[in-house]
Amino acid sequence: MRSDSLSAALLALTSGLVLLGAAVALWRRTARGIVQALRVQGFALAGTAVILGVQLHVALLLVTGALLIVVKAFFIPFLLRRLVRLDPTGGESDPVVNVPASLVAAVLLTLAAFVATRPLVQVIHGVPITLAPFGFATVLIGFFVLVARRRAVSQMVGLLLIDNGIGLVALLLTTGVPLLVELGGTLDVLLVVVVLRVLATRMHAELGDLDLDALRELHD
Amino acid sequence: MTAALIVTMPLLASLVVALMGWRRWTPFIGLGADAAVLMVGFIGAFHDLHHRVLILAWANLRVDSLSAFMVIVIGTVSVLASWGSVRYLRHEVDQEASTPRRATQYSVLIQLFVAMMLLAVCAANTGIMWVAVEATTITTTFLVGHRRTRNALEASWKYIVICSVGIALAFLGTIVLYLAAEHAGGTSLHALDWTWLSAHAHSLNPSIVRMAFALLALGYGAKVGLVPLHSWLPDAHSQAPAPVSALMSGVLLSVALYALLRFKAIAVPSVGEMFPRVLLVVMALSSLILASLMLVGQRDLKRALAYSSTEHMGLMALAAAAGGPLAITGLLLHMLGHGLAKSVLFLSAGEMLIDDGTTEIIAAGGLLARRPYLGGVVALALGALLGFPPFSLFISEVTMIRGEVTDHLVWAVVISLIAMVIAFSALATHGRHLLIEARGLNASRVATSRSAIVPLATGLVLCAFIGLSAWPLASILSAAAKLVVS
Repeated sequence: MRSDSLSAALLALTSGLVLLGAAVALWRRTARGIVQALRVQGFALAGTAVILGVQLHVALLLVTGALLIVVKAFFIPFLLRRLVRLDPTGGESDPVVNVPASLVAAVLLTLAAFVATRPLVQVIHGVPITLAPFGFATVLIGFFVLVARRRAVSQMVGLLLIDNGIGLVALLLTTGVPLLVELGGTLDVLLVVVVLRVLATRMHAELGDLDLDALRELHD
Repeated sequence: MTAALIVTMPLLASLVVALMGWRRWTPFIGLGADAAVLMVGFIGAFHDLHHRVLILAWANLRVDSLSAFMVIVIGTVSVLASWGSVRYLRHEVDQEASTPRRATQYSVLIQLFVAMMLLAVCAANTGIMWVAVEATTITTTFLVGHRRTRNALEASWKYIVICSVGIALAFLGTIVLYLAAEHAGGTSLHALDWTWLSAHAHSLNPSIVRMAFALLALGYGAKVGLVPLHSWLPDAHSQAPAPVSALMSGVLLSVALYALLRFKAIAVPSVGEMFPRVLLVVMALSSLILASLMLVGQRDLKRALAYSSTEHMGLMALAAAAGGPLAITGLLLHMLGHGLAKSVLFLSAGEMLIDDGTTEIIAAGGLLARRPYLGGVVALALGALLGFPPFSLFISEVTMIRGEVTDHLVWAVVISLIAMVIAFSALATHGRHLLIEARGLNASRVATSRSAIVPLATGLVLCAFIGLSAWPLASILSAAAKLVVS
């Protein structure tokens, strides 16, 4: 029983860290700080997988955890770092929504996530399910970043936040979807980041900048 | 074995081209592979008519009549697109608009793209299908940006960001649906399997399934080009090379719609008819209205064609919302007809770009007098798209509307008809400007080479043939529709 309550507390800690990482990504203005926040999220996700694996005696979850560390805590931050070097001015010089307002929005989105996931929490019982709203909140904050930030790196961060949120929900709700799908999902995210990096490099070569506002020719 | 052949043939084709590098004849490898896929699709379809579903258990592939029909649609359109790619690539390389290395990249990616669409429709489980649909986004991003212009860059960035968001929502939906299945006793890969899911659909928890379906509809809806995540579509379609636009508009959108059809068939027994129907009707009608209004002011042919795709997808989504046998049969036939007519039009736009250097409607005006053959093809294809007989879009639109009325969606049909009239007049006006009124380029006649016209004419003949004769599709269509009728 004691180990159960311990793992429940640890799970709450790691899921909380994922959401906190999203908030930090909103708050920090330098691209460097944001990449750091994503790295923390990567470790927290891997931690969630490992704790669940130990608690439920599922060896595959340990594999998932290892995979998450490699991809999300090291490889993706590494890819983003290289881009940050191209974009030394870093984060948003003039964000569409300023930082305090963004943080307020994050709080509201978190509340919305708790409301939206009520049907799930009511139907299925267990500690992991009650933590699922953290994942949904991270997804919503990711959407917010995508809409409110106009630099190439910020948009990649938004996508990664959405993906990390979904990863957390997947782990908590189902104790991991089948590994085949999990692998496919992780590989896809990796490829999307790689593709976006190639596009961003082209953008830098073409425009000398990574500001998406410079790309506004296609509209009706 | 047959099931595996379908996906591996284009994969092999892309591997061969990757190893050999671009030569003037290498595009024919892809064309051959796609033609073979089309044949295997027919084999699969006739197998299922005799109640023998092709299964490849270890690879999670399963080809029933619906999958086989989708393979036929993908095969048909990709044959046309690969045929068009032959001329497109030769021209690009001759004009030094593209290096042989980039031509190789193009040939490899386009066959990978086809392979991923085939995997999506042959996948036996929702997870593999999701991976395949996501992979189509990754492979097409570089194809959209193939021309390396600033606009192509903008279009490909927008495309991958919006579609990744959509597909992320779909992943969340897939997970929530998995949760519902696990709760109802499914384990591991079983709980993601189409057959398992449809057999146990009635025992899935309604409030979880409702949430899952909403996420799936929004997510895959982004790939279909439906509101609210539709804004990538006109940019990507207008910036991509013509054969790629043909594939994206002709089949990629339909593949995503196929996913929605399957998911709806699973959601309805659990949550009832009402919720999925209302959601899809709202998405369909708002897309239809938006697209038909946007069509009016378009100046570029490819952009106008892109909005027309959103319009047709809206029509099909409305039929999906209705869900009766008549509506679904019409929808499936419309997928094929629309794929044919739209790819002929996109490939013709590509021909215009090759010789005239523009697809602006006004600038390229007087096409019929200047280039009678190409102009004739465009005129006929526009006629097909507008729903004139003998082309199959006439029958499929009438069938969809009859089905929607039978399924008590009369008011939605009325709204959709109004939108269709707006879209019709807009497209007809654009057609008149493009074909008849010569105000732009000076009216020197340009001969269009036969190799350009043959694939276009083939597409049109097929579209008319399907419209005139029920053979050989009628039995396949009704067997396929049965699988997702609610």
